[in-house]
Formats: sequence, structure tokens, C-alpha cells
Amino acid sequence: MNRSVLHAVLEARAHQRPLVLVTELDSGRQWAEIRGGPASGLAADLRDAALAALSRDRSAVVEIAGARYFLHAMNPPLRLFVVGAVHIAQALVPMASLLGYAVTVIDPRRAFVTGERFSGVKVSTDWPDDALAAVGLDARSAVVTLTHDPKLDDPALRVALASPAFYIGSLGSRRTHGRRIERLATAGLTQEALARIHAPIGLDIGAVSPAEIAASIVAEFTLVLRARAEG
Amino acid sequence: MDDSELAVNEPDPDPLTTAERWRGEGRGVAIATVIATWGSSPRPVGSQLVLDKEGRFAGSVSGGCIEGAVIAQGIEAIRDRKPRTLDFGVSNEQAWEVGLTCGGKVQVYVEPVED
Repeated sequence: MNRSVLHAVLEARAHQRPLVLVTELDSGRQWAEIRGGPASGLAADLRDAALAALSRDRSAVVEIAGARYFLHAMNPPLRLFVVGAVHIAQALVPMASLLGYAVTVIDPRRAFVTGERFSGVKVSTDWPDDALAAVGLDARSAVVTLTHDPKLDDPALRVALASPAFYIGSLGSRRTHGRRIERLATAGLTQEALARIHAPIGLDIGAVSPAEIAASIVAEFTLVLRARAEG
Repeated sequence: MDDSELAVNEPDPDPLTTAERWRGEGRGVAIATVIATWGSSPRPVGSQLVLDKEGRFAGSVSGGCIEGAVIAQGIEAIRDRKPRTLDFGVSNEQAWEVGLTCGGKVQVYVEPVED
């Protein structure tokens, strides 16, 4: 790898820009194709294949015009937005970080969002709907609401449901969720939209403690992510 | 967003960041990347390992089964300045050191970092 290519890759990553590193396997020639960036000089069919690999988030070897290329899709980290700086969040945040997610904790109740409770991740004390609207939720984003408080959870869910977020989960019992669905339906959301909410949240592993519940949530959004990728 | 308390979570730096740092220190560096897998394999396509001329490494391309062979080839690549593609298959008695006991197959691309 030429160091100038390495620099281009690291620079794009630092700016959260999706890119594909294209390597011609026999010659070692390389191109960094940055989405939305300047032309990298790739032939059109190779460039199309590279950008398709990026969209699928799937790196692969392809053969084009008799040459073999490795298309290394490098998307920015998946993002997890946790609404509610509650006890479960304290367990969920490090688990999701280990899985490679860029995690943001959102809670306007400042007392909950202290540095000791959430060191090393982004925190926001904005209202959840404002905070989520500002980050541009995309298909590589997951949103989890944990407050049980309709004043905080409902606005967050409305913003999340209007986005292509790949996972939306909401803590609360079946009964709590039933009432939540009623409120959101009254507010104009369709049943189809509301069906996207994973609730009760998490895979059913019999979780009891905050850490076990966090494990069930992490397992669930991983399942959703990977099931989508296989589909 | 409230940036006043913003701090970015930093797990282990990724191998490419390490490659740049090591190269910046004047070390000979190579990068190994998993480019294809068949069957059961411990690390997905795109997984990377960076190594230097002395055999120090960071990252992984398997569960530890083939790292030794990959590092040896990486040192060669630093020396001859040529990339290579390595194939590793099901382990057998002749090649137990470089086999994958999990029974999978993996292809690894090894390239030197050049200025």
C-alpha cells in the first residue's frame, strides 16, 4: 500500500466518510474511492461495483475485465443512540462500544448524565427529539429508548420512526408498550410504522439484571443487523 | 448536541492507524487483509493485521491459527516490496502450523506499506 493511499483512507475515516479501498490483486495497484469525494480514476464498471459493495457494507473479491480486485468497503462505525441515561444504559454503553458502535447517550435530565456514569462516550442533554433530529439517523443507526417516560421516549420514537434506522427498541412491559402504541397512534403514526418498534425490548433470554437486559438488547440489534445483511 | 462533555470512545486503534504510526516511526510495515473466506472462519472478510519487520503485530486475520505464517510472509513482503495473496485451508498433518483447525478456508492479501 502506498502511503498516500493510506493517508487518504485515514483522512476519509477521520471525517466519517464512507470509502472503498480497491486493490488490483496481481499488481497491487490501489485506489481509494470516497463516496461524494473527487474522482479516484477508477473505470466506470469497477467504480460501480465498488460503490455497490459500500452500500451493501460487504467487502469482496470481484473479477472485472480479466483482472481480480478486492473491494474493501469501509463504512463509518454503526451508531447507537441511547435515550435515557439510566442504569441499563450504563451496562449497554460499554457493550455496544465493544461491538464497535459509536454510542451517544441522550437525556435532558442533567443529573443522570454525569461523567462518572458515562465516561468516554458522547452525551447530549438536549431533548431526545431535537438531539436525534440533529444527528441525521441513517440505515446504520440504532435507537434505544430506556426512560419509561412518555415525555422523553415518545418524541424520540417519533423521530426514529421517521428515519431509516435499522433498529428501534423501546424498554417497557407489554402493557406499557400497549399504552405507548395507543398514544403514538393517536398522534398519527400508522400501525405499520409502529410495528418497527422492538418491544418488549431485547431477545428473550430471561434477563433480570440491568447488565443482562443490556446483553439481550445488544443481541437483538445484532440479530436485526445481520439478518438484514443476509437477506 | 452538547459538546461540552463530548469525548469519543476509543477502543484499540484500528490496524491502519497503527500502520501509519509505525511507518511514521521509520519501521518497515506490512498489512495483511482477509479478502475471502469459505466455510467456518474466525474473522470476516476485511479483517486486518499490521506487522513490522521485527514481527510485532496488531489486529488479527484468524483466531490465531495462521497469524504466524502471515507474519512470516509479511516480513518477506517488507523485504522484497511485493504484495502476495496467501491461501490457507483445512489443516493437515504436513501443514499443521498454518492450517485452520476450524476447517474453513481463508485467503489473505499481504502488502508492504511503501512511501
